[in-house]
Amino acid sequence: MKCEEMLAVLNEYVDGTVDPTLCEEFEKHMEGCNPCQVVVDNIRKTITLYKAGETYELPIGFRDRLHNALREKWKQNQPPATK
Amino acid sequence: MKSASIEGETESPVIPDAQLVALAKAGGLSAFEALVHRHERAAYSLARRMLQNEQDAEDVTQQAFLSAVEHLAGFRETASFKTWLLRIATHAALKVIRKRKGLDTVSLEEATEESEHVDSIPHPEYIADWRQSPEQLVERNETRRLLDEALALLDEKHRLVFLLRDVEGMSVKETADALGLGESNVKVRLLRARLQLREHLTRTLGDPQTRIGRGH
Repeated sequence: MKCEEMLAVLNEYVDGTVDPTLCEEFEKHMEGCNPCQVVVDNIRKTITLYKAGETYELPIGFRDRLHNALREKWKQNQPPATK
Repeated sequence: MKSASIEGETESPVIPDAQLVALAKAGGLSAFEALVHRHERAAYSLARRMLQNEQDAEDVTQQAFLSAVEHLAGFRETASFKTWLLRIATHAALKVIRKRKGLDTVSLEEATEESEHVDSIPHPEYIADWRQSPEQLVERNETRRLLDEALALLDEKHRLVFLLRDVEGMSVKETADALGLGESNVKVRLLRARLQLREHLTRTLGDPQTRIGRGH
């Protein structure tokens, strides 16, 4: 396998869903190819960062508005006996 | 946040979501509010990242929770509450995006657009090890800004696939169904998104001393 061919299996390799034969070929290639190793590592870290970061705080005032709307909806939705 | 009866005393463990769901289904508003407190930031962040607009993200977050109240009794708990909620938020956000485009149909595919191919995707250019681990980076405000900036630079069609598949954890098929795309298109868009984000982040987070100095 050449570096140019790695793009075709990169997604599946990162996701751990690549066909075992291709996986073996890809890993064999990576053993001798530092750039490909680094690219795979960069992509895994990129995904980890996006998954880990809940980047936004709620805007000021929104939490109150949200909870007020939900309480109102809850009242409409629940039969009084179950409260 | 701590709410005495629901989140528990300091020495007792936090009540799991599934238990809060059971309490909420039995009519416990405070249990439902505890679930909202736990997941409101995740829902808002997902909507904000998908929509790239604060007001739309607020509307979608609120709609998602209101819909959760309405459908709570029918929530079968085959997935976690968070997954269920984020799916609702995703579909509400996609509805807004379709409305913006004036599309009534399910598909976000533009009729004139040709499918993308792996061959047309740019190869990695800036290749270097990152100076810090994701665990160290995620705590920093600069990282949050950088992640938003990189995401905003993606075309919407690539951004949505990345968010649904990699951040929300949908399968390729679920992503394809949600966006009205074919699975092969989802895969190519995901690859393009991942590579573009990697490129942008590595230019800032990469250690220049470890840079491999050629296109790859």
